[in-house]
Amino acid sequence: MLLMQIDWFFLVEKLSLITTILLISLAIAAYATWAERKVSAIMQDRIGPSRAGIFGLLQPLADGGKLFFKEEIIPTNANKFIFIFGPCLFMTTALMTSAVIPWGPSFEFAGHTVSLQVADINIGMLFVFGVVSLGVYGIMLGGWASNNKFSLLSSIRAASQAISYELAMGLSLIALLMLTGSLSLREIVDQQHGFWNDGYFTWNFFKQPLGFFIFLVCAFAELNRAPFDLPEADSELNMGYHLEYSSMKLGLYLFAEYINMFISSAVMSVLFFGGYNYPGMDWVSANLPAWVFTFSCVSVFFIKIIAFILFFMFIRWTLPRFRYDQLMKLGWKSLIPLALVNMLITGGVILWLTK
Amino acid sequence: MNTLMLAVEQSTPINYLPVVLQLLVAIGFVIFMVGVTHLLGPKRKTADKLINFESGIPQVGNARQPMAIKYFLVAILFVLFDVEVIFFYPYAINFKELGTEGFMAVLMFVAFFLCGFIYIIKKGALEWEE
Amino acid sequence: MDLFEAIFWFLTAMAIGSALGVILSRNPINSVLFLIATFFAISGHYILMNAQFLAIVNIIVYAGAIMVLFLFVIMLMNLNADVEPQKSRLVQFAGIISGGILFLLILAALRDMKAAGVIEKTATDIGLMKNLGKTLFQNYVFPFEISSVLFLSAMIGAMVIGKKETLVIDKN
Repeated sequence: MLLMQIDWFFLVEKLSLITTILLISLAIAAYATWAERKVSAIMQDRIGPSRAGIFGLLQPLADGGKLFFKEEIIPTNANKFIFIFGPCLFMTTALMTSAVIPWGPSFEFAGHTVSLQVADINIGMLFVFGVVSLGVYGIMLGGWASNNKFSLLSSIRAASQAISYELAMGLSLIALLMLTGSLSLREIVDQQHGFWNDGYFTWNFFKQPLGFFIFLVCAFAELNRAPFDLPEADSELNMGYHLEYSSMKLGLYLFAEYINMFISSAVMSVLFFGGYNYPGMDWVSANLPAWVFTFSCVSVFFIKIIAFILFFMFIRWTLPRFRYDQLMKLGWKSLIPLALVNMLITGGVILWLTK
Repeated sequence: MNTLMLAVEQSTPINYLPVVLQLLVAIGFVIFMVGVTHLLGPKRKTADKLINFESGIPQVGNARQPMAIKYFLVAILFVLFDVEVIFFYPYAINFKELGTEGFMAVLMFVAFFLCGFIYIIKKGALEWEE
Repeated sequence: MDLFEAIFWFLTAMAIGSALGVILSRNPINSVLFLIATFFAISGHYILMNAQFLAIVNIIVYAGAIMVLFLFVIMLMNLNADVEPQKSRLVQFAGIISGGILFLLILAALRDMKAAGVIEKTATDIGLMKNLGKTLFQNYVFPFEISSVLFLSAMIGAMVIGKKETLVIDKN
């Protein structure tokens, strides 16, 4: 019954889209490591990577290649299966979130409508939350299986931090969902069409600034990035939950973090900054060829994502690290009540306006 | 026959097929990476190399030790609040249809939520400094 | 056999297989991992029945929240060596008898059941989030409010247990 609905074009289209997105996320993650070093170098008045290629542009390739040829070390005390399973799980969850993100508008190709979104499911945003909540396991299992006190401490910190901020993150979106009335990311993007409509901005950021702020802080905490990088605090825990890892298993942890950063930048621009929408897109779609329109939409989306990634980096090299009690205090005692208040105010205002 | 439009509809199980495809691709990629490094890397293992790293100090015991109960308490509270937050989602989606009546119901729910929240804070569940 | 049935039987085998893994594996962490796999298989079944909200909530709450708690509990335990003592013969004997009685009971109950008709394959729209929310907030508002009282009592319970433990640790 179901098989009849699938034709081969559909399968080929989806598989090529999935592979392209996988390769793009890997490329962006690799160059994010380069950008991070360049950004930190510029902010600290250094030069940064400069030997491999012009401006050190080949540095990520050299780093990746090196990880392949390193010795795999599994400590004798470690639980071998879980030690290998941890990073694999972390990477798999990092690669799954991109399935529901709309990368651009649909276009016609050889008589078929090709959608630039892997799966348009109507619980899109909850799917993202589900995958994010599973990401904790990669860290917990890896840190525990290493049988190292530093790793264990780090993984427990990471898990506590991640679950605390997941709550505030979930709550901060309720107000936004009251406005959109849908969890499908495609629909949320379509509602933010263009830039200006009916005398107000269409992008959700201008309707939910507080919601965006809470979501942004939670994203920093979920990504274990400075100023919330307690699980990886080098000065206290040597390195963090991946202390005992070497070779590509370490690489999977490091890459997955950058992929997560890329994906959360994409999610934030979809939810609050209009995704692939930009001012004047109607003119472009009416006057220029269709491929120009599609291409411009996808480019605009990636420009927004890269802007967010750079923002993540500027913050990392600007703010000092929080203390653990401050982190928990911020998450539970400030962000959760703030998100609740935001939700109630939004609900009240909408009801008052529609009456 | 082109039945693609059927598959594009939002509310059937078929929409989840691409998710399964993506999962398979992701798992395949991860297995490939781990497998290739396993084959490429050198294998010169010595007993010293495989000891846990503890900043150069001889290891005392191992890491299979009980930890502070505060983390445990955070996890319990997380489970409770997570279920409450999940309840808000079906409401937020139907917010405009449900109108004032639904909003009152949710206000009451939030009131109970806040009672619990204030209670745990007053009890000091989230105090980290002793 | 079409794709739908193939997926159904695959998920069923996965659910039962990993459920057996939960009780058969000796390492508690492996048990937790098998339990997570079981939840995934069940979520897959929900999706086949078009109960999308239930499927994702099953993953977020059970696989994502409650299992984290389980992992914390297991990490709290002392897993050095085989601390679990060998059960005495008497306990083993009692276990076999009570398990056998339970098995007989289930068998008797199954015998009385009528064979279920053809599995309903056509997916309905009841499980979609929009419809579910409408039903919950229009027809079942009162149980919804009651559940919040339940949460409150659960919080108080957690605090009583958690805080008592910390006091004991402080005294040491």
